[in-house]
Amino acid sequence: MDSSGESRRLVVVGGGMVAQRFVEALRARDTAGTWQVDVFAEEPRKPYDRVALTKYFEVRDPEELTLGDPALWDDPAVTLHRDCAVTAIDREARTVTDRLGRVHPYDELVLATGSNAAMPPIPGNDLPGVFVYRTIDDVAALRGWVEQKREAGTTAGGFVKPVRGAVIGGGLLGLEAAGALKALGAEATVIEFGTHLMGVQIDLGGGHALKRLINDKGIGVRPQTATSAMKPHKRTGHVGHLEFGDGGRLDVDVVVVATGVRPRDELARTAGLEIGERGGAVVDLACRTSDEHVHAIGEVACIEGRCIGLVAPGYAMAEVVVDRLLGGEATFPGADTATKLKLSGVDVASFGDAHGRTEDAMEVVWADPAAGVYKKLVLSDDARTLLGGVFVGDAAPYASLRPMLGSQLPGDPGAFLLPEGGGGAPALELPDDANVCSCNNVSAGTIRAAVTEHECTDVAGVKACTRAGTTCGSCLPLVKKITNTELQRAGITVSNALCEHFELTRAQLFDAVRVADLHTFTEIIGRFGRVPEGADGPGRGCDICKPVVASILASLGNGHILAGEQATLQDTNDHMLANLQKDGTYSVVPRMPGGEVTPEGLIVVGEVARDFGLYTKITGGQRIDMFGARVEQLPDIWRRLVDAGFESGHAYGKSLRTVKSCVGSTWCRYGVQDSVGMAVDLELRYRGLRSPHKLKLGVSGCARECAEARGKDVGVIATEKGWNVYVGGNGGFTPRHAQLLAEDLTDEELVRTIDRFLMYYVRTADRLQRTATWIQDVEGGLEGVRKVILEDSLGIAADLDEAMARHVANYEDEWRAVLDDPEKLRRFSSFVNAPRTADPTLAYVPERGQRRPATDEERASGVIIAGPKLEVRA
Amino acid sequence: MSVTQEQPAAAAPQTDDLSWERVCLLSDLFPERGSAALLGDTQVALFRLPDDVVVATQQLDPFSGANVMSRGIVGTRAGVPTVAAPVYKQVYSLVTGECLDTAGYSPRPGREPRLVKYPVEVRDGVVHVAVQ
Repeated sequence: MDSSGESRRLVVVGGGMVAQRFVEALRARDTAGTWQVDVFAEEPRKPYDRVALTKYFEVRDPEELTLGDPALWDDPAVTLHRDCAVTAIDREARTVTDRLGRVHPYDELVLATGSNAAMPPIPGNDLPGVFVYRTIDDVAALRGWVEQKREAGTTAGGFVKPVRGAVIGGGLLGLEAAGALKALGAEATVIEFGTHLMGVQIDLGGGHALKRLINDKGIGVRPQTATSAMKPHKRTGHVGHLEFGDGGRLDVDVVVVATGVRPRDELARTAGLEIGERGGAVVDLACRTSDEHVHAIGEVACIEGRCIGLVAPGYAMAEVVVDRLLGGEATFPGADTATKLKLSGVDVASFGDAHGRTEDAMEVVWADPAAGVYKKLVLSDDARTLLGGVFVGDAAPYASLRPMLGSQLPGDPGAFLLPEGGGGAPALELPDDANVCSCNNVSAGTIRAAVTEHECTDVAGVKACTRAGTTCGSCLPLVKKITNTELQRAGITVSNALCEHFELTRAQLFDAVRVADLHTFTEIIGRFGRVPEGADGPGRGCDICKPVVASILASLGNGHILAGEQATLQDTNDHMLANLQKDGTYSVVPRMPGGEVTPEGLIVVGEVARDFGLYTKITGGQRIDMFGARVEQLPDIWRRLVDAGFESGHAYGKSLRTVKSCVGSTWCRYGVQDSVGMAVDLELRYRGLRSPHKLKLGVSGCARECAEARGKDVGVIATEKGWNVYVGGNGGFTPRHAQLLAEDLTDEELVRTIDRFLMYYVRTADRLQRTATWIQDVEGGLEGVRKVILEDSLGIAADLDEAMARHVANYEDEWRAVLDDPEKLRRFSSFVNAPRTADPTLAYVPERGQRRPATDEERASGVIIAGPKLEVRA
Repeated sequence: MSVTQEQPAAAAPQTDDLSWERVCLLSDLFPERGSAALLGDTQVALFRLPDDVVVATQQLDPFSGANVMSRGIVGTRAGVPTVAAPVYKQVYSLVTGECLDTAGYSPRPGREPRLVKYPVEVRDGVVHVAVQ
């Protein structure tokens, strides 16, 4: 393949998560380019995140599930053969044959073929409507089936017969599948053969608590139930009902079988490799099979006598083989079987010896059946060494306790199980070898070294350096804690201070200003400011704290942003109520609520732009931006816009920008709700709301999501029953999809939910923190936000409602207020001694029928056709 | 009440051949904000500090090349009065004109990361600025 003749050939059979990790680790470590890698994947796509499969229902975009850096597959040392399963291995000749009959030689072979979903021999398991849950194609097929069934069950009158789903198997995957059915709008009942749900991971007590939580999500559970047959519907021939061993039956339209996985060891078998008693290619601790040139990793490997259906041990095996191929001596460190269920609203986690099977093990249990909480620690007989744990309903202790597995716990073990704030668990200092990130096998010591040796100074740096927290993210709170502790130890202050003038964070300052009822910057810095080093007083603030205080004062309703001392705090955009551009001119954006504009309005905008010579462009937020307005032109431009009924679009503010909408049910053949009407209502309600960062909303009239609402801080998507609301989306540098906050809300419920979400964000977010990162950082994450907003867990809902009501009542158009006040208008002078004179250095060139600022080269070459004034006809 | 002051400036013209120009009234300037002024062909930024001291600098922002310095936020760093450029947020000392924080940017080709200062006097409530 290459001319150097030095490369050795490595063939990887399988294109799943473990194969991806293997190739990634090999390419990272094989700096000498020893290995030329060919990867054969059965699926037609790049390796994807199977653990996050359920996410596919929300995002519907396989790209979202892409693992790692896609550039890995562009590496010249790596060839990915998609849709190209290997059909045979010839160990004598050291070749593999792919499904097209091509033969590929290897020096070393890695089997990473994973597992198949196991299909139990229940009669009727091949009926249409019976699915497994393993690949993107499985999930897409399931979705298609449910949608088809729903359509078939919708009568002409609009009555929708619910789609009835059942999941056979109450393990991790079964619960995820049940969650997926619910997300698709189907009913779901979980049929479990054993005594309780997630029987592998948690004990009976935890199982009872989990059943209650699952029931609360609207999912039925039938434990201790054997499914004896799946029967077809008489007319359609599709699966119609389940029959149970106890004589019961359940009518169904769709069945998902999630009873476990089976290693895909066919290739290994036919190649004559040693196979484990319950399947899988037997490997030693170096992950070598009975043929020294063939390795097996992941779920197909039978290691220490068993196959392990979890991704973290598979990653560990991948690292072992990489090390060995590069001459190392690594061995499999033992399986970390810790698991955490990622089902929205249900906290379940377990690790170690969750069932207390160790001899003389002791259990410490804390249960609150009313709240659906069950927590248990398994300890050695001296009640000191942590052997395992089960957490249901409150998995908060999981992140910090799991890495302590096998270590001694300081203090009373029971203290770790008490609800937060209830007992004060002793601070845990993890040993260096404690595994913090099991997905990427990163120890506490590695994270500490990232700070002490690699000079990382924040969590983002540590993530990039160690890969900790970059896969499932569940360890991030712990990564943050270790990082910050280490930074403090290294004498690097982890300061949350706003700037040299305020020790407080934005959120603390917001509360302080609100509670102390302060209304001016002078009062605020006098009361809460600090004296910076080298100064003899608190000073007068700076470009960091002044806009923050300006925003806080505006959010709390202190009149016009240019009123009195507030004018000194504003960034130039807020000061000029326009957006500064690179040449020192501004752009102007009138509000067009919901993206709706009348023909008359459009004509006025066009005339204004023409008369002032403004460059005109449609924004991403469904309105019109006019560029090149000079300071002294702004009032004239706005006079005309305000006279025509326009008002400020707040494009210049850290505030609500737009509520984007699709055309909705009033025109669209598919729309189920009036999305434009709702968008207009929401935009008019939240216009002018100042916030820690800009805010964007979107409203889509049906699930086709033409408004791209899930790319917004608040996205509203119409359902047949009302509105679903998603939060925390954004575009930009780090695009995020919004996550579901609440479903099927009425108009009134929707507005109340958004009111509270926005106000809670405005009050508690950090400076320039958008909703996505705020949700990550805020107490309890998205679930915490949901509790505060929907269950009033902090008792502040009424306060948030009232604050929003005040905002709505006090809204005034900022530009109209400027035009009505000569003192404010005076700020819009180009020069204090020549108020109407244009900046003589502005220069423009024509482009595509409009004008744009001249470049330095154009200025030098003198091709400029227009100075600042020539085009003005106003 | 009138305030008179003159400050030595880093890159200011020599004091010998100063030509003073009446620019505006002190009350035309907004407290703790800047205003632009046009002196012949020269654009200057006037900043009225909380104690009614007036500082004049070049209006040209060395990092963006636009004439916008007067539109920055006036504040303090370690007690020293400052202005933050409105485009890319460099912070300059209003005492020396030097750039205290480049915010990770480099000045435009041929520009220095500092502001030229001009002598200012406030006489009987009238702001005078000296340019060559």
